[in-house]
Amino acid sequence: MDIFLQQIVNGLVQGSIYALVALGYTMVYGIMGLINFAHGEVVMIGTLVTITVAGSLINAGMPVALAGMAGLGASMLICMALGWGLERIAYRPLRNAPRLTPLITAIGMSIVLQNLAMMIWGRNYLTFPPLLPKVNFELAGAHFTAIQVFIVVVSGATMAGLLALIYRTKLGMAMRATAQNPAVASLMGVNINRVIAAAFVIGSALGALAGVMVGTYYEIAHYQMGFMLGLKAFTAAVLGGIGNLAGAMLGGVLLGIIEALGAGYIGDLTGGFLGSHYQDIFAFIVLIVVLMFKPSGLFGEKTGDRA
Amino acid sequence: MLEVTGLHVAYGGIQAVRSITFHVKKGETVALIGANGAGKTSTLKAISRVLNAVGGDVHFCGEKISKIAPHDVIRKGIALVPEGRGVFPRLSVLENLRMGAFIRDDTSAIEQDLQKIFEYFPRLKERESQLAGTLSGGEQQMLAIGRALMSRPKMLLLDEPSMGLAPIMVQKIFEVVRAVAATGMTILLIEQNAKLALESSQRGYVMESGEITLHGESAQLLDDPKVRAAYLGE
Repeated sequence: MDIFLQQIVNGLVQGSIYALVALGYTMVYGIMGLINFAHGEVVMIGTLVTITVAGSLINAGMPVALAGMAGLGASMLICMALGWGLERIAYRPLRNAPRLTPLITAIGMSIVLQNLAMMIWGRNYLTFPPLLPKVNFELAGAHFTAIQVFIVVVSGATMAGLLALIYRTKLGMAMRATAQNPAVASLMGVNINRVIAAAFVIGSALGALAGVMVGTYYEIAHYQMGFMLGLKAFTAAVLGGIGNLAGAMLGGVLLGIIEALGAGYIGDLTGGFLGSHYQDIFAFIVLIVVLMFKPSGLFGEKTGDRA
Repeated sequence: MLEVTGLHVAYGGIQAVRSITFHVKKGETVALIGANGAGKTSTLKAISRVLNAVGGDVHFCGEKISKIAPHDVIRKGIALVPEGRGVFPRLSVLENLRMGAFIRDDTSAIEQDLQKIFEYFPRLKERESQLAGTLSGGEQQMLAIGRALMSRPKMLLLDEPSMGLAPIMVQKIFEVVRAVAATGMTILLIEQNAKLALESSQRGYVMESGEITLHGESAQLLDDPKVRAAYLGE
């Protein structure tokens, strides 16, 4: 029972991060039907920028909390600019191209960003500066840290904020209208280019936040870390129904919990043949099962044959 | 108010509209009638900049609008009610109407205009919080017209408002079109239902294979033997 509860806690934490990243995929897909495979790399750059900014500020003697905030701010700004630039340079010229073209471009941009990060930050694993104090709590037999509490609370609040933005503001209404019928939204006076850019910028800001959380949680970062994280978050978005915001949130948390439980019990289930480092297979089992039996996901509308 | 000169629209080699010229005066309702495929919708799409015209000019209130961005057309005062209504299916009725007022910031006047739309279409008031996609075709048409009015346009472009609707609903929609016209609104009405369109307008243009072949007072067109034979089924 202890391991069950413990893994639920761990899964919730990991799942909150997946959810934040998944929102970036799902917002862009919802508005323009594109899977932005470079999104994982945006998250990676968010983590690495924080290491550089917060790390050097701490070395210069700034208080850790302040340096952490500055690092988060810098990484959000840089990722927002990056998301905006990706859309402007790589995807907008392909707006009317066949669907496969922007998809391949997205994979290309992901490779470009990885290599760029490798050139800037090198090939080695980097240590993420400890931004939060290491405090442990215990509740009903499950142990958790201040970092874990921070991740769940901040991502929950951020997602609530995003929902308010999308469902309570004029920009959000314009974004939903554009997702449903861009031509008519334009007739209403909505500048479609701006709405699409906003989806990229907001998604990238959430990605940067997720990047900082990943760094704080695992205390380590690498230029290739965006690949697996991006793929898992994409799986989460598909699980929830790609294009659906609540779906991405629920899909992220569910995937985190499935993975954590899988990792917790895989040793017992296979008689010790497979260890918890096989946890990645669960995400992809989920992806395959969803695509086979319910490709529209938990909350998704019929999405047709978009790539 | 609206002047279209030598407008030319083509899609990938197919000439949809071949150099047409017409105008709509302030406060007038003008009908543009013609068979399916005559180029009526292409004409409206070119005016509202959904489509790029190949040639020709469109002037509105003396200003050239044939090169402006699509999302600026409504800011000039032209609201299009698109063919097939084009409501946002997963937005509520109220949100659809608010989208119509997207370019406006005068919150209290928007609320007043909402009440006005609900007076025109009490049915929309009843379904205020329902998703637009769950409305019947006629209700969606009401919503599309109401949404267009929410921008406080100087001119309304209506693309086939009767399409696919039950006769009783068509009557209702046209009652509202006439009521709106009576408030002084300038209207360009595109219809396959030529009789209804001519009865609701002051002047009419007849389009055939991308060209305007006939124009005149609506009452005269209604009596014109050619029009009667071709479009009124007599």
